[in-house]
Amino acid sequence: MNILALILFLLLGGIVAWASERVHPNAPRWVGLLAFVAAGLYVANAWAGGYAYANQYIEWIPRFGINVILSMDGLSLMLVALTLFLGVVAIVSSWTETERGRGFFQFNILWVMAGVVGVFTALDLFLFFFFWEVMLIPMYFLIAIWGHEGRAYAAMKFFLFTQISGLLMLFAILALVYFHYAATGLLTFNYNDLLDAELSGDVAFWLMLGFFVAFVVKLPAVPFHTWLPDAHTQAPTAGSVILAGILLKTGAYGLIRFVVPLFPEASADFAWWAMFLGALSILYGGYMAYSQSDFKRLVAYSSVAHMGFVLLGVFAFHEVDGRLVTNELGMQGAIVTMIAHGFSTAALFMMAGALQERLHTREMSRMGGLWVRAPRMGVVTMFFVVASVGMPGLGNFVGEFLVLVGAFQASIPLTVASALGVVVAAVYGLALLQRSFQGTPNPDIPAMRDFGWREMIVMVLMMLALVWIGVYPQPLLDLSEPVIETLWVAP
Amino acid sequence: MNAAAWSALLPYLVLTGSLLVLLLAVSFRRSHALALWLTLAALAATLASLPASTAAGAQNIDGFLMIDAFANFFNGLFLLAGIVTALLGFRYLERRASREHREEFYILLLSATLGAMTMASAAHFAAFLLGLEIVSISLYAMIAYPEEGQAPLEAALKYLVLSGVASTTMLFGMALVYASTGTMAFGAVLGASTDPLLIGGQVMILAGVAFKLSLVPFHMWTPDVYQGAPAPVTGFVATVSKGGVLAVLLRYLVETDLLSHEALFLAVSLIAIVSMVVGNLLALLQDNLKRILAYSSIAHIGYLLIAVLLVSALATPAMALETGMFYLAGYFLMTLAAFGAMTVLSTGAPTDAESLSAYAGLFWRRPVLAAVLTAAALSLAGIPLTVGFIAKFYLFAAGIEGELWALLWALVIGSAIGIYYYLRIVFSMIRTAEDETAAEGGARSFEGLATASVLGAGIVAYGIYPTPLIDMAREAVRAFGG
Repeated sequence: MNILALILFLLLGGIVAWASERVHPNAPRWVGLLAFVAAGLYVANAWAGGYAYANQYIEWIPRFGINVILSMDGLSLMLVALTLFLGVVAIVSSWTETERGRGFFQFNILWVMAGVVGVFTALDLFLFFFFWEVMLIPMYFLIAIWGHEGRAYAAMKFFLFTQISGLLMLFAILALVYFHYAATGLLTFNYNDLLDAELSGDVAFWLMLGFFVAFVVKLPAVPFHTWLPDAHTQAPTAGSVILAGILLKTGAYGLIRFVVPLFPEASADFAWWAMFLGALSILYGGYMAYSQSDFKRLVAYSSVAHMGFVLLGVFAFHEVDGRLVTNELGMQGAIVTMIAHGFSTAALFMMAGALQERLHTREMSRMGGLWVRAPRMGVVTMFFVVASVGMPGLGNFVGEFLVLVGAFQASIPLTVASALGVVVAAVYGLALLQRSFQGTPNPDIPAMRDFGWREMIVMVLMMLALVWIGVYPQPLLDLSEPVIETLWVAP
Repeated sequence: MNAAAWSALLPYLVLTGSLLVLLLAVSFRRSHALALWLTLAALAATLASLPASTAAGAQNIDGFLMIDAFANFFNGLFLLAGIVTALLGFRYLERRASREHREEFYILLLSATLGAMTMASAAHFAAFLLGLEIVSISLYAMIAYPEEGQAPLEAALKYLVLSGVASTTMLFGMALVYASTGTMAFGAVLGASTDPLLIGGQVMILAGVAFKLSLVPFHMWTPDVYQGAPAPVTGFVATVSKGGVLAVLLRYLVETDLLSHEALFLAVSLIAIVSMVVGNLLALLQDNLKRILAYSSIAHIGYLLIAVLLVSALATPAMALETGMFYLAGYFLMTLAAFGAMTVLSTGAPTDAESLSAYAGLFWRRPVLAAVLTAAALSLAGIPLTVGFIAKFYLFAAGIEGELWALLWALVIGSAIGIYYYLRIVFSMIRTAEDETAAEGGARSFEGLATASVLGAGIVAYGIYPTPLIDMAREAVRAFGG
């Protein structure tokens, strides 16, 4: 599979979509949709044919030993597939939302996703950082141009948080490369070479922290989460879908791909604190979610809680024969949670966007009894709320269950605290459903258009995906297992 | 002087010759278009003579000039910036300067470029001062060029007085060094000397340089001059005049190894850190794009000082020079692009488009200009896909090699602060205009728009594939001083 071509195809699609605005004001969204569908089919075809695993190597900046190294393993494949699927969802969810600059809107969506595909496949640290930042700028535009009333503040906050933490990561990357260079005389940004870098304990710890902060800001975990409620709430629907569905996963991916393998000892030493932050995020995110009256903000805080499980699982180092090793169950759980959360949260944000478009509000106090008016939307919301809460048989349950089993081997108190978070999730999830769709119908809302076939198709697809992961997660576990086994190195 | 020396001197001879031609042409026939064409031809011919000059190898001209690939790298930058300024200035002068004297602008432009080129190859205090003064005197007149309004005059006067003081300080410093060492050629090695005359002289020279580079605490003139000067000239002041001083500074430091003196190293480090932090902090408070760019330039030259410090901090100065050259080339591109977009937008208006509110909704009115300014702002902020990122990356890489941790932290903090105001520029262009203050730029300036677009494209192109520029800088460093 040609990954570079895939990325360039999306970038090119963005330019075509922008230019197509001159032909017809509705052309860009069709171009965007077709681009994602075509790219998705390409990946799906490669996946089904069994030749999705790929490696590409092109010389780029020889002066610094920087090359274009793109590589696809099971983890990357899953996440790239999720990315392209959510690209379709994002475009469908904003089908009628934008009035101004429709071409540029689609351009930004395609460019964010191209950057994300790059992040999930780059195995050169410079290239990774390059894509890491490339996905930021279009996202900034999406929030700042098409966002809601507080967009200026939210966009700026989002950009500052991710950019500043990104600078720390750049610093850490360069320092890592330099220390490797000083020890071996080989100047390279190649991930596989840097895996062998031998660092003294202190240096490794600080460098690990540089990466960790960047990824945890993106994830986000308490106390670095404050950009998230603003950005999610103010972003247009497509922006929220992309942010929650995909961009948060880049943080989790970074932890799994870079922090743990590059700095195994430092990560193991730091594991308790990372798990503590995870547990804190679960409880605090849940608590904050329950306190919200804004539909979108509630979902945004619930993301903080769900991502807490990812952090908990990734860092659930446990002792085997007196040594701390990475936790296979925790990792598996984290990965499944990432995928399942991508679907469930994207769907809930799409629902929030649909409600806002129909009711011009996100306040749940001005909703109520919507089920009667729009039964299809009610059913869909119920399904995804229940999924998000962690009902057995759906994807999120598998992920969170595996994480908790893994974490139990590492720290029982933190696991108990986190398990309480599942209860909190039920509380805020059901509160969301009750306040908006159940109860007495609000007389101020005379009639509301229900979901049409366009929305229902993507919703049903996401439901099927969650049921599939919930009932038969083995294919996902098989995909991620080889990746985790390489991490299964005793530090 | 042998044949090789003459061919090394070729760019200087071509430019001086065409300066005379332009002078004569203007006195016989006043035509704005003719003056522009002659200027472009002069700059292009000089640019074309650079390869021949470089091929002649490093030539020391009577101990006065050292013409090598290093100098010619900078010369190329200055000439390109001159072409950009001429192209941007044409339509601007049509609107803003009276019919009687538009043509002299180009004479001043050529002489300022010549001065900067002299600095780039200076190997002697006399050449240093000569080049510096040619640039400064040309700039006094260029800054004051538009007639209406007091701002340009005020800016020119401010620049004249303060720059004069700085030149005098520097001259006195040179005299002290001469008194101590008996030579005016670069290379009076400070070493472990404790001679107060020598150290005092060097400090005064460095203070003069810091003024010309507008480093904190010698930066007070910068925002006012930037604001008062006409937009195309501001771009020229920000790039060529500072670039010339930086070129001579790098050569001077390599030849004298001045910064291996601990106290001086510490002082320059402090100036760098303070410039990064203060420049960025003060830029936060501005609502005027010219002033934002003025403070941002203070910060950027502060970043550049990391490369200057590395001349002594690294075992060999090669990496330091390479970093400085790459950073400066990137800085030229993004600064000129920003001022280019501003000039095009200001051309039809009675005053320059300075206030951020003049840019409201630019994305929807003039998408190409907005894209150029966005590229410039993101590049100044150091976001990937732009040359500014690669430049900052260079600083990081070299700085880590030299283990200048405090300076790198200042770089991180400065960049972090910077993101906020660069993004404000971008945001002001995407929000919708609330009132009618938005600059319309009635006059369409084709050549201005084309120039700005090329600069914007250059920012992105070198941001994605910097290898050609890197190779150029490396070649030039390899041939440094012969």
